[in-house]
Amino acid sequence: MAIAGRQVKAAGEKSVQWILRTVAFSAMASLLLIAVFILKEGAPFLLRVGPRNFLFFSLWDPQNGCFGVYPMVVASVWVTLGAMLVGAPFGIAGAIFLAEFVPAGVMRVIKPTIELLAGIPSVVYGFIGVMVVAPLVRDHLGGPGLSLLTASVILGVMILPTVISISTDAIMSVPNSYREGALALGATRWQSVHMVILKGARSGIMASLILAMGRAIGETMAVIMVAGNTPRLPHSVLDPVRTLTANIALEMGFATGLHRQALFATGVVLFVIIMILNAVALSVMKRSHAE
Amino acid sequence: MPRIPPRYTQTFAVSILAAATALTLAVLGFIIGFVLEKGLPVVGLDFLLSNPREMGREGGIFPTLIGTVLLPLVAIVIALPLGVGTAVHLTEYTRESRATRVIRFGTDCLAGIPSIIFGLFGFIFFVSALKLGWCVLSGGLTLAIMILPTIIRTSEEAIRAVPYSYREVSYSLGATRWQTVAGVVLPNALPGIVTGVMLSIGRCIGETAAVIFTAGAALRIPRSLFDSVRTMSVHFYILAREGISSEKAYGTAAVLVIAILLINTLSYWIMHQFLAKRSR
Amino acid sequence: MLSRFARCVSGFVGLIFGVVALLGCGGRRTAITLAGSTAFQPFAEKLAEQFMAMHPDISVIVQGGGSAVGIQAALSGTAQIGMADLVTLPPEATALTSLVVARDAIAVVVHPANPIQELTSEQIRDIFSGKIRYWSEVGGPERPITVVSREAGSGTRTSFEAIIGPFALSPVALVQDSNGTIRETVANDPNAVGYLSHGLLNERIKAVGVDGVQCTTENIMSGSYRIVRPIFLLTKGTPGGAVKMFIDYVLSPEGQKLIADSDLIPAKR
Repeated sequence: MAIAGRQVKAAGEKSVQWILRTVAFSAMASLLLIAVFILKEGAPFLLRVGPRNFLFFSLWDPQNGCFGVYPMVVASVWVTLGAMLVGAPFGIAGAIFLAEFVPAGVMRVIKPTIELLAGIPSVVYGFIGVMVVAPLVRDHLGGPGLSLLTASVILGVMILPTVISISTDAIMSVPNSYREGALALGATRWQSVHMVILKGARSGIMASLILAMGRAIGETMAVIMVAGNTPRLPHSVLDPVRTLTANIALEMGFATGLHRQALFATGVVLFVIIMILNAVALSVMKRSHAE
Repeated sequence: MPRIPPRYTQTFAVSILAAATALTLAVLGFIIGFVLEKGLPVVGLDFLLSNPREMGREGGIFPTLIGTVLLPLVAIVIALPLGVGTAVHLTEYTRESRATRVIRFGTDCLAGIPSIIFGLFGFIFFVSALKLGWCVLSGGLTLAIMILPTIIRTSEEAIRAVPYSYREVSYSLGATRWQTVAGVVLPNALPGIVTGVMLSIGRCIGETAAVIFTAGAALRIPRSLFDSVRTMSVHFYILAREGISSEKAYGTAAVLVIAILLINTLSYWIMHQFLAKRSR
Repeated sequence: MLSRFARCVSGFVGLIFGVVALLGCGGRRTAITLAGSTAFQPFAEKLAEQFMAMHPDISVIVQGGGSAVGIQAALSGTAQIGMADLVTLPPEATALTSLVVARDAIAVVVHPANPIQELTSEQIRDIFSGKIRYWSEVGGPERPITVVSREAGSGTRTSFEAIIGPFALSPVALVQDSNGTIRETVANDPNAVGYLSHGLLNERIKAVGVDGVQCTTENIMSGSYRIVRPIFLLTKGTPGGAVKMFIDYVLSPEGQKLIADSDLIPAKR
């Protein structure tokens, strides 16, 4: 009887393993489907025109057969970096403060409120950008107001909830033994945070930053409303810019033939940029783990 | 150079952190306040329960409420088991190897694909090729694929954060791997998983581009999974974009904010009950 | 002996199945889908509302996506009727049957504080192509002009550029993707100039006269205001059945009256 019971247990265990493997496989398969989809539509164009011509050519004029996306690449990179500059420091600082220096009851109210903000549609952020931030930039700093700076600020605010909530979770999940150990050695609260706890929460914080960066690069609606969408190389942060995502969204609705392929090729470029950014983040993390 | 007493560095550091947090909360509070100030005057029982008339210039937003509940629900039903299952498989059932690193890298990259591409994919694959048309199912499937990376990643982090000692204790008591995972690891990883689910629901509700291309924008109550439906974000987008009605648009946004607040509070309460019962 | 966790999970799954089962049993009446021009979408919704009140067994769904999406949806069958607001239809649309159901005027707009009241077509052309850079060159204050335009595939923009005369949009022009956001941009920037559907004018922006003609409903109806474009309904082959009934309604006196009451120009005078 005991042996039969063990066999049933083993069989159940095997089937669970099999189920999980199938689940993981189908999840990966559907994600792969998207990658294949973008490549299938965009690769022919890249092969024909050549990535160098596409990427480093500065004129985007589809009506006349010009498909240079260099200004858009530059715009996407700068807007994302700007958003991270705005969102990451405030986000991580906020997460540390909320997780370590604020009583649990207060935190239980604030954290859901912050997560709430992730649900506000990007178009609302965009509208606030057009009606509040852009006029401020125009009146106090110059330029048309709809600009690289405005887009970075709005995106930075949009990624704050992601950074704060995931980083807070990461910091709170560091075992108390770490804190107690540090305090027992005579460290102040702040010392225990920046010398011990942050290192322990490192991978979670990096995850939040990567997810936030992904959100920033992929944001379309809000950016279209506040960045100005001029397909030209920006000379200052006050110039209007068009990101790669805005380019796709603005023109996909009516593009046909070569123009449409060019837009999918833009998608491929985006995908490659995201891969590069993630690889960089990964190597930074690996190097700091090795220390 | 004389060493600054750690007491002072602490006060300095904490005040900077506090200032940063205050600024952050102020900005986020401003956004909520802005939306509520412009939108609450319009909101009332009538607004919530009646159908829109005059393209949304008059009447309420009831069908969009249904849409906003239905689409994320379908997406989560599909993505949650797939995502958590994949995370469990990656962390508990496979060893850390090149393959898992590649998969993790791929998942992170896919979290960065712009929502407009998901929308186009959904349109070309579900709406046109599979002939599902603009409907709840197309929208739900597309949103599910969109939030899958987030759920996988946050579940993975949450599972890995569960101390190994918990698992050791479970194994030493004779439990199988699945019993350990289901009985010990997952319940302890629940807060992190819920965070991932909350963020994903938030993203679904706020998503506009992907939804318009796949679920369409019909202003009627859907009778089946194959009917088109409009969510509140899409409704806000169309009202504001085409300049139909600013007040109704902000009213919609205000309802959204309140709805999300309720959802979040409710799920935290449920989770709190669940965890509290466990620790007894 | 199921653990509490397993019981919760099965409860959740059961709830899902219940919801899905309830919804999956929806019956389908005859359904028509319209897709395309976002400028005409709100009006199509209104027409659909009235039509469905008269014909409860037919359901009419209106989607957007833009004029090109309308053409492609009609060609592929995803929608039974495509809507397009272009001055001339592109070559791929020749395979479709097209009917003009309304006309829409495009107004050139500036900020209310801008003293300019009138512009000639040539001035408009030069402003939008970037030749004229300052408001002082057309009789206004010494301030730079900020040009705001729609995106390249917009029916409104294609029609505007076709009517005002061929020109290449200034490379430094701002681009916005809808009538509403153009209105917001112009309303918030005293230096801005843009164009949008006549039906969207309100007190936050000001329409300037073109070649001496103000953009009013009378001038548009009489034909003296030049910047007007047709709204097409496109079908694959000759319309029949419910599709024909809907199109007939739009072209009927009640349908046209609804269009006129919504500040659009009816197809027939």
